[in-house]
Amino acid sequence: MTLYSSHIPTSWFQKSLLTLGSGLGAFFNPTRDEFIATFGETTSNQALVFMRRKMVEDPEGRRILRDRPLINSQTLSSSSLRHSPAESFGEAYLKFLETNGVSPDSRKRVQFVDDEELAYVMQRYREVHDLIHTLLGMKTNLLGEITVKWVEGLQFGLPMCVTAGVFGPVRLKPKHRQLYLRTYLPWAQEAGRTSRFLLNVYFEERWHQDLCQLRKELRIPDPPNSAATNPYDVSLLYRTDKSEISNTDFIFEAENRRIEN
Amino acid sequence: MAVCGLCGRRVLDGLRATLRPAVWNSRFPPPSPTDRLPARTFSSSSLFLTKISPQEETSTHFGFETVLDTEKTGKVHQVFEQVADTYDLMNDLMSAGIHRLWKDQFVRTLALFPGTKILDVAGGTGDIAFRLVRSMDETSRRTKKAKAGSPTDKLEEGGDHDVTVLDLSESMLEVGKKRALSLNIESRIKWVHGNAEELPFPDATFDAYTIAFGIRNVTHIEVALDEAYRVLKPGGRFMCLEFSQVPNPLLAWLYEKYSFQVIPVMGQLIASDWKSYQYLVESIRMFPDQEDFRLMLEEAGFQMATFTNLSQGICAIHSGFKF
Repeated sequence: MTLYSSHIPTSWFQKSLLTLGSGLGAFFNPTRDEFIATFGETTSNQALVFMRRKMVEDPEGRRILRDRPLINSQTLSSSSLRHSPAESFGEAYLKFLETNGVSPDSRKRVQFVDDEELAYVMQRYREVHDLIHTLLGMKTNLLGEITVKWVEGLQFGLPMCVTAGVFGPVRLKPKHRQLYLRTYLPWAQEAGRTSRFLLNVYFEERWHQDLCQLRKELRIPDPPNSAATNPYDVSLLYRTDKSEISNTDFIFEAENRRIEN
Repeated sequence: MAVCGLCGRRVLDGLRATLRPAVWNSRFPPPSPTDRLPARTFSSSSLFLTKISPQEETSTHFGFETVLDTEKTGKVHQVFEQVADTYDLMNDLMSAGIHRLWKDQFVRTLALFPGTKILDVAGGTGDIAFRLVRSMDETSRRTKKAKAGSPTDKLEEGGDHDVTVLDLSESMLEVGKKRALSLNIESRIKWVHGNAEELPFPDATFDAYTIAFGIRNVTHIEVALDEAYRVLKPGGRFMCLEFSQVPNPLLAWLYEKYSFQVIPVMGQLIASDWKSYQYLVESIRMFPDQEDFRLMLEEAGFQMATFTNLSQGICAIHSGFKF
């Protein structure tokens, strides 16, 4: 029986088939996110139990579980995100969305997790993935994704993250593979081990917090590609062509329309 | 699935919603009214207004779900809008290509000759329509050498369209049109958007009416059969290819496991659409079995109503004539 609106109950046989199919699909076609999403949902029951326990043990995590905030264009447009000061976490996130062409609405709803609260934990993980990208200063190319997956895998124990971190590098081009082995992988391992449990961060309350200060608070080491550059110039972290950042109003379309009407 | 108390035959629960009350009641007379009062009649306002068996009148099945009659057509339309792009690929994968053999056999059974006016209902992406065109070309090549002014001559020039395809879903028609273009038989097929329960054609227009894997999605099957009867000329043939029930219990068990465990998973992985494929396998279970559907053909007025099983009953070809 369905436990939440997007729930599809599945037998163990169906879960195995889904795991196999989506695992192969994700390996041969990593750009299609539904494979990774499905693989994650069918394999992560134990990890989700662990993640929920870590959230329950922390006061900020408990508040997140109680409030169950969602991250999509509607909730973001009505938040204080757009008024974030310079060099803040919120501004960095907006720039990240803009320069990588990502929308906060691109995350699919969880379907195959057979527990309502664990489904929320999975959904929360999916929605803060982009925020973790911002915190870690990683682009959405394959190298950046693998690095983020390593950190998440070490922290959360999700099989999907661990397998992405282990098998993903097979598809890296030689130059990136060198970078990965020499710099990114050791950095990711350090970040994964020393930083605070990232799901316990109530991001919606921290848009105005200074990015560097937030990183220190969460014990995230400085991202490798910022070593030679100005740590406050976040735009350099995400794009090699330093084009002018245009307006980020695409996120706030809903808000604008509401105001106009 | 229930067993009829009178004759011991298996009866699908969903059959009630599709057979007309006359057919249903003549074969399975209802028990006396006193022991059939549903619980809802005890609500104050509806004591005198509730019909004894509201299921037959206002609601029907959508897979295993119960929906209002008025909703079902919209939901079916939505399903096919969503599956249209991957429809042909999924057919090949789900049946390991065997659906092509079923359709070949279907068209071979119809045995066309050139000049036949055919209506292919729920013809969507054109699988049957293309086979019909090819079959007519084959027959014209085999039977007569082209004489000037003969019908075969005109057809080889790609004259008037031979096959009319009707479908509820615009997206399915679009896919069909694109395929026809790539096969260079654009001019031979006319594509019409419409509902099988309300055919936009005058009486007695067609020599043959085909419907392949479409009739189980129609909200009121008997209405579609009546419409089919109406638009056929006297002497016309009704042919239906549809999923049916597998008599052999072991095969039926395997088929059911495959249907429910594997097919929605394939839908999710390939088309990112679990729900449409869940509807597909459920709608197969809700469709009447071979004999019951044959009776429905007779009820609609078709003579010489017969059926042939394909693949041990996974599908069946039903045929009837209007005399």
